[in-house]
Amino acid sequence: MFDTLSDRLNKVFTGLRGKGRLSPADIDATAREIRIALLEADVALPVVRQFIAAVKERATGEEVSKALNPAQQVIKIVNEELIQILGGETRRLQFAKTGPTVIMLAGLQGAGKTTLAGKLARFLKDQGHAPVLVAADLQRPNAVNQLQVVGERAGVAVYAPQPGNGVGDPVAVAKDSIEFALRAQHDMVIVDTAGRLGIDADMMRQAADIRDAVQPQEILFVVDAMVGQDAVNTAEAFQSGVGFTGVVLTKLDGDARGGAALSVRSVTGQPIMFASNGEKLEDFDVFHPDRMASRILGM
Amino acid sequence: LSRERLDDQAWEEIEEALLTADVGVRSTTEIVERLRTRTQVLGTRSQGELRALLSEELVAALQPQMDRTLHTISTGDGPAVVLVVGVNGTGKTTTCGKLARVLVADGRTVLLGAADTFRAAAADQLATWGSRVGASTVRGPEGGDPASVAFEAVKAGWDAGVDTVLIDTAGRLHTKVGLMDELGKVKRVVEKQGPINETLLVLDATTGQNGLVQARVFTEVADVTGVVLTKLDGTAKGGIVISVQRELGVPVKLIGLGEGVDDLAPFDPEQFVDALLGDVV
Ligand SMILES: Nc1nc2c(ncn2[C@@H]2O[C@H](COP(=O)(O)OP(=O)(O)OP(=O)(O)O)[C@@H](O)[C@H]2O)c(=O)[nH]1
Ligand SMILES: Nc1nc2c(ncn2[C@@H]2O[C@H](COP(=O)(O)OP(=O)(O)OP(=O)(O)O)[C@@H](O)[C@H]2O)c(=O)[nH]1
Ligand SMILES: [K+]
Ligand SMILES: [Mg+2]
Ligand SMILES: [Mg+2]
Repeated sequence: MFDTLSDRLNKVFTGLRGKGRLSPADIDATAREIRIALLEADVALPVVRQFIAAVKERATGEEVSKALNPAQQVIKIVNEELIQILGGETRRLQFAKTGPTVIMLAGLQGAGKTTLAGKLARFLKDQGHAPVLVAADLQRPNAVNQLQVVGERAGVAVYAPQPGNGVGDPVAVAKDSIEFALRAQHDMVIVDTAGRLGIDADMMRQAADIRDAVQPQEILFVVDAMVGQDAVNTAEAFQSGVGFTGVVLTKLDGDARGGAALSVRSVTGQPIMFASNGEKLEDFDVFHPDRMASRILGM
Repeated sequence: LSRERLDDQAWEEIEEALLTADVGVRSTTEIVERLRTRTQVLGTRSQGELRALLSEELVAALQPQMDRTLHTISTGDGPAVVLVVGVNGTGKTTTCGKLARVLVADGRTVLLGAADTFRAAAADQLATWGSRVGASTVRGPEGGDPASVAFEAVKAGWDAGVDTVLIDTAGRLHTKVGLMDELGKVKRVVEKQGPINETLLVLDATTGQNGLVQARVFTEVADVTGVVLTKLDGTAKGGIVISVQRELGVPVKLIGLGEGVDDLAPFDPEQFVDALLGDVV
């Protein structure tokens, strides 16, 4: 449906004769095409602006003016810059020095947190850990049952002392789950929380209370790859409301370009750690910045 | 905004408002072009006039004259049937619950069909909604055939003489051919007992440009007759529906404004545009 950035830039550069410095007009035309490509990939506008400023600088330099094919050279630069931002320093999960390691999941409604809880549990179990899932979404209808089914499918324990559907205190459940994990010798605790909006002050406070009750080593912000321009608002709201140490992108099995990855990474500086790409437990991978860059550019 | 003249910055702000609301590059460019022409012809000078014109353009793009009534009253002997479809996690099950609430409050009898046999506890979730709002739920075995659950639900609706049967389906990405075929089958099987009166596509307001592709494919497979735009209670503006309506002509009929039973409202193009523009322009 969309022209690829490569098609777009080739059009810009067809008029260009031979080698030589790009004129300011060429640079502007190039920037315009990159801007459109990124916006069509749902990269947030302020992030697009920052990104283009960086690329423009490099595009005026020697590496482009000396290139045989300036269009390809610009694409190479764009791609490199994307990978650099998306990748940064990749890192592994942080583990607790003593006691169980706690991973808390947070995000908007329907982002894929509960599904991810199961995937993470399975992933960790396969690495020899003994995880327990904690049902701290006591709000969404049957979220507790959902987590129980997910736990059963993943073959891991589920700590669900409260029925949910509005009954029970999620902060208390989260707090007690640490005791439970110690007693039952689970070395990892994965806390599923209710979906919440960034602007819902009460719910953000609840998330912060859950965080304080379990003192997690990791708080993972779970974000749907289909999200558009709102990615920035939401990421900032979660960053300031509860804070997070890593990002998980979900629903990457679709055809959304996933510009939200760049938006969230750019505005929060937190690394994207995992990719969720399907509804089944095994549809889970560590995050690959290079694949994501190609995807955003439609290559 | 209080500047007297329409300078470049005014135009930039308009473009920015549209882009950051997920209206998309193409629709934004076309709308801004039209607006530029019109302001020239009309000799528009003030920001206030400009905003009014922009509003007009956006409302016009949403085709306010379109029929947005929900077809929940049967045209034949059996119950009216409403099918609810969309990608994962947009709010289909919740919308079924809220819609049942509206109908029950109107004195109608409603039956819910849990044709999501795939997602963990999906049928439980729908049944919880049913008991909240006073509608019974027909469900099948976990992992069972969704088309046969849908068929059974409509059949039960005939037998019980209810007014409306709402069928909740599993979330599926439009790119998954097998799952889209399955949806086509649900539709065909249901239609053996009578027409589907309304097929609602549930779009999440946080969705970016992918929403248009979703709408295109679901419309092809399931003959969507209306869009429900959910999660408008957040900071997302849902501007993608402008492209959806422009390209596909399928009207947005309802909006979701929260997780509670009463958080469903009719779609009003002018209010939507007002919220979309906010105080930016
Ligand atoms: N296609 C696809 N679907 C996914 C993926 N991750 C989750 N889902 C689906 O998305 C929907 C929502 O997932 P959940 O795990 O319930 O999301 P959640 O964030 O826990 O939702 P709430 O608890 O309501 O906020 C379900 O239909 C999942 O099966 C993914 O990577 N790909
Ligand atoms: N804030 C807000 N949340 C909503 C709205 N509609 C639904 N939700 C929430 O979004 C999440 C997903 O809703 P569901 O109704 O389960 O979505 P679904 O489309 O049935 O999901 P799948 O069946 O897994 O594809 C839940 O946490 C709902 O409470 C809304 O209008 N506003
Ligand atoms: K909104
Ligand atoms: Mg959940
Ligand atoms: Mg559902």
